[in-house]
Amino acid sequence: MSNRRPYIRSMDGWWKRDPYFIRYMAREVTALFVAAYAVVLLAGLMRLSQGEAAFNGWLRYLKTPWMLVFHVIVLATFVYHTWSWFKIMPKTMPIMFVGGKRVQPGTITGTGLAAAVVACLAVLLIVGGVR
Amino acid sequence: MKRSNEPIFWSLFGAGGMLAALIGPALVFITGIAVPLGLVFAPDTMSYAHMMALAQSWLGKCILFAIVALFLWHAAHRIAILLHDFGVHAVAVVKVFCYGGALLGTVLAGYALLAIGS
Repeated sequence: MSNRRPYIRSMDGWWKRDPYFIRYMAREVTALFVAAYAVVLLAGLMRLSQGEAAFNGWLRYLKTPWMLVFHVIVLATFVYHTWSWFKIMPKTMPIMFVGGKRVQPGTITGTGLAAAVVACLAVLLIVGGVR
Repeated sequence: MKRSNEPIFWSLFGAGGMLAALIGPALVFITGIAVPLGLVFAPDTMSYAHMMALAQSWLGKCILFAIVALFLWHAAHRIAILLHDFGVHAVAVVKVFCYGGALLGTVLAGYALLAIGS
């Protein structure tokens, strides 16, 4: 019936076309690692509820080389998540005014990153203090 | 007009993303690298006794539940959008898979914490 064959541009690999898209994709893909890490913690929590032997099995599993490599990769993606989260924050939060002046994007990103450094140090100190 | 359920999922996504951005790197370093390798922290930092003490207190329960559940909801929302970006347009299937997975994880975490008791 119809002989029209309209040109439809393929969307395959669209995110490789532009550095902006690649950064977007890198930021979004961190979610896979956040999910994987949450599953590891959830497994630990479930093992904990099943008793000491089960929990110690989970602790031993964390010491296997594959899990250590996995967590190094996860750590790198979490650091990237933190950086990108506050990098896009000026765009994701409502515009803020202080003293009649708009808060600059750099200020928002900088404040967020500083807060993350303080929060991470606090966690390390609190956990380090538990003995 | 039908009310959108998007704000609920977006709030959970935002809360989980913020929590992960603030303390995520420290958590991964502690639970995944330093403690398994016996670096920096005392060897019994994540021992059964210590983790039970944490999970038996209400503050500890809240912390553990918030970390696991919010991380899952954050990831679920992003993965749902990621699947759309890669050409998976079966919206209902994607939502059931992603949000259903996060819900399952949330229920399991809550169940484990309740089973641990106080």
